[in-house]
Amino acid sequence: MSDAAAIPADAHAHGHHPDLQHHFDSLEQQHEAATLGMWLFLVTEVLFFGGLFMAYLLYRVWYPEAWAAGSEELSIRLGGFNTVVLIGSSLTMAMAVRSAQTGYRRATVGWLLGTMALGLTFLVVKFFEYKDKFTHHHVPGYDFHIEGAHAGLAGPMEIFFSLYFTMTGLHALHMIIGFGIMSVITWMAYRGRFSTQWSTPVEMSGLYWHFVDIVWIFLFPLLYLVDRTGQ
Amino acid sequence: MEMTLAEPRVDYLNVRHTVASWLLTKDHKRIGIMYLVVVSLAFFVGGLFASIIRMELATPAGDLVSSDTYNKLFTMHGVAMVFFVLIPAVPAILGNFVLPLMLGAKDVAFPKINLLSWYVFVIGFLFTLYAMVTGGVDTGWTFYTPYSSRASSSNVMMTGIGVFITGFSSILTGLNFMVTIHRMRAPGLTWFRLPLFVWAIYSTSLVQVLGTPVIAITVLALAVERGLHFGIFDPALGGDPVLFQHLFWFYSHPAVYIMILPPMGAISEVLACFSRKNIFGYSFVAFSSLAIAIFGFLVWAHHLFIAGISVYSALVFSFLTYAVAIPSAVKTFNWTATLYKGAIWLKAPMIWAICFLGLFLVGGLTGLFTAALGVDVHIHDTYFVVAHFHFIMVGGAIMGYFAGLHYWWPKMTGRMYSDAAAKTAAVIVFVGFNLTFGPQFILGYLGMPRRYHMYPEEFQVLNVLSSAGASILAVGYVLVAIYLLVSLFKGEKAGDNPWHATGLEWTTQSPPLPHNFDVQPVVTEGAYEYSKREIKVV
Repeated sequence: MSDAAAIPADAHAHGHHPDLQHHFDSLEQQHEAATLGMWLFLVTEVLFFGGLFMAYLLYRVWYPEAWAAGSEELSIRLGGFNTVVLIGSSLTMAMAVRSAQTGYRRATVGWLLGTMALGLTFLVVKFFEYKDKFTHHHVPGYDFHIEGAHAGLAGPMEIFFSLYFTMTGLHALHMIIGFGIMSVITWMAYRGRFSTQWSTPVEMSGLYWHFVDIVWIFLFPLLYLVDRTGQ
Repeated sequence: MEMTLAEPRVDYLNVRHTVASWLLTKDHKRIGIMYLVVVSLAFFVGGLFASIIRMELATPAGDLVSSDTYNKLFTMHGVAMVFFVLIPAVPAILGNFVLPLMLGAKDVAFPKINLLSWYVFVIGFLFTLYAMVTGGVDTGWTFYTPYSSRASSSNVMMTGIGVFITGFSSILTGLNFMVTIHRMRAPGLTWFRLPLFVWAIYSTSLVQVLGTPVIAITVLALAVERGLHFGIFDPALGGDPVLFQHLFWFYSHPAVYIMILPPMGAISEVLACFSRKNIFGYSFVAFSSLAIAIFGFLVWAHHLFIAGISVYSALVFSFLTYAVAIPSAVKTFNWTATLYKGAIWLKAPMIWAICFLGLFLVGGLTGLFTAALGVDVHIHDTYFVVAHFHFIMVGGAIMGYFAGLHYWWPKMTGRMYSDAAAKTAAVIVFVGFNLTFGPQFILGYLGMPRRYHMYPEEFQVLNVLSSAGASILAVGYVLVAIYLLVSLFKGEKAGDNPWHATGLEWTTQSPPLPHNFDVQPVVTEGAYEYSKREIKVV
């Protein structure tokens, strides 16, 4: 099947880039592999969240009133604020990637720190939103009461809040993981590990961060804006 | 490349000997061997549960174990075999070992992630084992709600965590292989020169990447419902338990193709090699793998025909299930045509492969019975279904795995096993298998439901036959373990290419070099140019 060709397997062994791994022939091949791998990983993430979106869709069709009533219990102000914060963090992340590619070390570190600050802001706001659910007895399986006009919808509304906590909780978990990744990347950037030749980790983290943002872009209208016409 | 015998050859096994050099290895070949060890252990555990099940079923009365224990036995048999044997067997063991060799690459694209996925796999397995030894789990491997989320008092949580964790190992392996196939091929190795095993692995990886996250989120939803008492599938709140079944089978039916596609790839290699012929209809066999992977995602609701889904969707799913039989049939016809006028060389891997052909045929055709709406009402949840999927998963997947293992064993270990013993084992397994599961078709058709540990006396003759077959099957598997272990120490040296096979993996030494090839291979022709080779049938 093959001819033993005269290309020595270790032709690149001398004088190659320190971040080129032994099993790749070139930085370009390594970069392409990482990019493809990251996109595939994001596809798995889409399907991972997809299961919950499927459940959401089914029950929203089944219980539109409970969905509207549940949605009204969420704070549109805090949710809206967080949406702006996250979109802003996508901008700072994009700037960080650009700075890394063009070799501006200090700018890279600065934009990454900005991204982390915005991410942290989001998580703090999310914490207060969750806390509010505990005080208002909206935590499914633990302390869940619906009184007043919507008392008859208590069952489906508990499903709504179960999905709310699972979906936003999973999203927040991704934010926390992203925060961890950013810390490492920022440290690497600070140490001057990236250059115009090689900034793959920053780009990959950027893809991940944008993905987590996009998940929120779907979560916000689906959970917070179901039926605001009554207000 | 002639080597003098006096010169000790460096290979991936003898390059380092410490335990740490194994546990921290990034070499795909060593990782493949490490999977082999863990999967073999899981196969033993799952087999043990199966043995007790067949012992219990030798008599109509439930006299060996209690109902509760029996429920746990078949659950743990299913969990061990599905998640820790069938899904990883061919991709993680043989795929890891031969895929980069077949591509002429030094390693997979992400060697560290490859090692990570082994650790993830082992941690998932340990969680599951822990759940098994501390009381077991009794929901069936399908974990149907609301029994699993509310009623069962067994170790659902621990097992669920084990399955959840293991899923990430499968995802990472699939992702790694896809990138490897896209980006790591040797110069000249175009898509249509790839061995069909690579096409099979690629298609499998696609299913692993697209399907496994869905089972992960489903098990997670089950966990929050059981652990935190959230309501996602809970009918008491207006939730839908059938949603769980949809989500579960959205992965778990395609998972069947994760189990069967890679062995099919191994079968293509073995049949071409031992017929000394180019494979018949290369591109049809290649694309049928992709077609199975894609169609496989559109048939899940045939598991729900009596779960109350609408007649119209059942009709569509029934039709699509028939459709998935077409690419499977394409493969079978092409394999048969490959044998036709070939110079058949009956070495052990070929015997296993021929056994695969017969058993997969029966398994596939009986699948059509269960896909038919009316017939399925009669045979749903009976032993007919049990027999059908064991023909696919054991007769197909395990036979194909053994065919591949026997084919690549000389490459992996550098040593030969006893050909006579291997052929004997194949025949014993074939006979034992048919005796075990043949009668179950009849039992199911007569109305014996699955998952009961007692049955009416008129079913005893067939059940005794089945249990007797299981004993023969066990002897066959033990024999395989014995002669393979013996070959590790006493087997004669295999040489680089004992089967005179084509394929890049046979151009390097056995066992291969730590970095696979001395010189970067360049490919100039298709994968199965046996006609250009001298036929050496010994």
